[in-house]
Amino acid sequence: MEVLLALASGVLYAAGIYLMLRRRLAQLIIGLGLLSNGTNLLIFTAGGLTRARPPLVPNADTELAAPYADPVPQALILTAIVIGFGLLAFTLVLAHRVHATLGTDDVDEVGRER
Amino acid sequence: MTLPVLPILIPLGTAAVLMLAPRRPLLQRWIALAGAALQLAAAIALFRRVEAHGIQVLQVGNWPAPFGITLACDLLSALLVVAVGVVGVAVTASAFAGVDPRREAFGYHPLIQVLLMGVAGAFLTGDFFNLYVWFELMLVASFVLMALHRTSAQVEAAFKYVTINLIASSIFLTALGLLYGAAGTLNMAHLATIWPNVGSPGMDAVLAVLFLLAFSIKAGLFPLFFWLPASYHTPPAAIGAAFAGLLTKVGVYALIRTFTLLFHGAPRPLFLLLLGMSVATMVVGLVAAMNERDFRRILSFNLVGHIGYTTAGLSLLTPAALAGAVFYVLHHIVVITNLFLVSGVLLRVRRTTDLAGLGGLWRSQPLFAVVAMLPIFTLAGVPPFTGFLGKLAIVAGAFEAEAYWTGGIVLLVGLLTLLSMARTFTGAFWKPAEPDRRDMMAPGTPLLAVSAALSLVTVAMTVGAEPLFEIVTRSADQLLSREEYVRAVLGAGGR
Repeated sequence: MEVLLALASGVLYAAGIYLMLRRRLAQLIIGLGLLSNGTNLLIFTAGGLTRARPPLVPNADTELAAPYADPVPQALILTAIVIGFGLLAFTLVLAHRVHATLGTDDVDEVGRER
Repeated sequence: MTLPVLPILIPLGTAAVLMLAPRRPLLQRWIALAGAALQLAAAIALFRRVEAHGIQVLQVGNWPAPFGITLACDLLSALLVVAVGVVGVAVTASAFAGVDPRREAFGYHPLIQVLLMGVAGAFLTGDFFNLYVWFELMLVASFVLMALHRTSAQVEAAFKYVTINLIASSIFLTALGLLYGAAGTLNMAHLATIWPNVGSPGMDAVLAVLFLLAFSIKAGLFPLFFWLPASYHTPPAAIGAAFAGLLTKVGVYALIRTFTLLFHGAPRPLFLLLLGMSVATMVVGLVAAMNERDFRRILSFNLVGHIGYTTAGLSLLTPAALAGAVFYVLHHIVVITNLFLVSGVLLRVRRTTDLAGLGGLWRSQPLFAVVAMLPIFTLAGVPPFTGFLGKLAIVAGAFEAEAYWTGGIVLLVGLLTLLSMARTFTGAFWKPAEPDRRDMMAPGTPLLAVSAALSLVTVAMTVGAEPLFEIVTRSADQLLSREEYVRAVLGAGGR
């Protein structure tokens, strides 16, 4: 399972970086989105995977029995998703503004001296 | 015990009040200034407490560390939070000289407060993930401040700025994921205790390089600084001043924190890498500044170059060099903020910051020229001001650490700074103006007063250099020994 998730996260990174190196604004933004999801998956995988053992104290006990899923990475990812979503929304609006102001969605054109 | 959270809560409250208050410009400006002044007062109170009673810690929600979110304020954090307060007051006070009405209507004042909150939070947090959140908060505020305009140059600059910063954030988050995977905690003090046992040289190297990459983009180190001169000269001067004074310093602060707490035992080449990047930053920044003809672009490149001083001091990791670096950061925050505000006066007076359109101001605006002279020559490193003292401390630290090449390059770059600033002063104030250039507007009392007040802060730092040096030396010792920090956060049983 770890290998699979590590591969998935690696593919997301690679695809994200590839898209960011393209010239269109839309591709750049999708790339950023993929990159942030790849990162989330990486946190999840690096935090250690424990299958079907939620960190809940059973009714009869007062303590958690040893193998249980670490809730912290999930909390971290949740925060990162929210932040990433907000930033992605902002970037979309900014890209719209770039297109409206500069009349191009070509990153090379955006950078050209006027 | 709630003192460490006040510099974060006050701007938050001020931002909320500003959003609710009627959108009358004068009212908004006064509320913003009052909020910033309160934040400065809280920061000074916090600093005095840290100075007298040692590191202040607040476990948010009374969750004991390392389980909850920790706010920890050592001397470095306290000094930097005071600097945030000073910049906040300066920037909010400069709004009295007039803000573009569109910006003011779209939330200029609350955004500045959110920015101040984010920066203060980043300096005060004792948890790496929390640091990431503060980074993002501060970035979102800066994105909106940057993008609140429609001219093509500003939109273009905002776009570059946003993209590179999002990439840096992704790298930071990646490093955090791996760090948590390796250590099982992100509390800074907890990490400092367990990392020597958990981290292997390989893990150290991978994580340190990821952190270095992320924070060097934010701090603007060579070869990752190109976004900075491409964007900082476009927004209005007050926003540029806040960015230049604070944002890159958060990157430097994060580098200092990670490298003193976690990677102090990392393989030697890592520090050589940081040193090489710092030296290259200094040289490239200042050489590039010589090639510029626009006041604000010259400042941007000087800003980049001088970040190199502070990280060079860090990379040597000796108490003297680190103390010099901390002193230099403080000096630089005050002076570069001041100079970006001076560029705002230039914009008012001549509608341009291009040196070709300036000149003759010595004759036409003598008061402004005198006010501007002090920050320009302080940045240049003319004795006896703080720029000179900071450089002296870093050079002395480098020689003491037997890094003679570094010390030599710092001296050489100091000469370049002097040249660059002398050229700027001559070009903007001294040379005769072109006959068709005349002053469109008076410099404006608010901006001159703010600039003069910041110059007074510099003078005070110069006069009080000895006690200040004692404090930054103590702060460097705190950073390097780590024990006090760990004990303060985790309690006596932390080790």
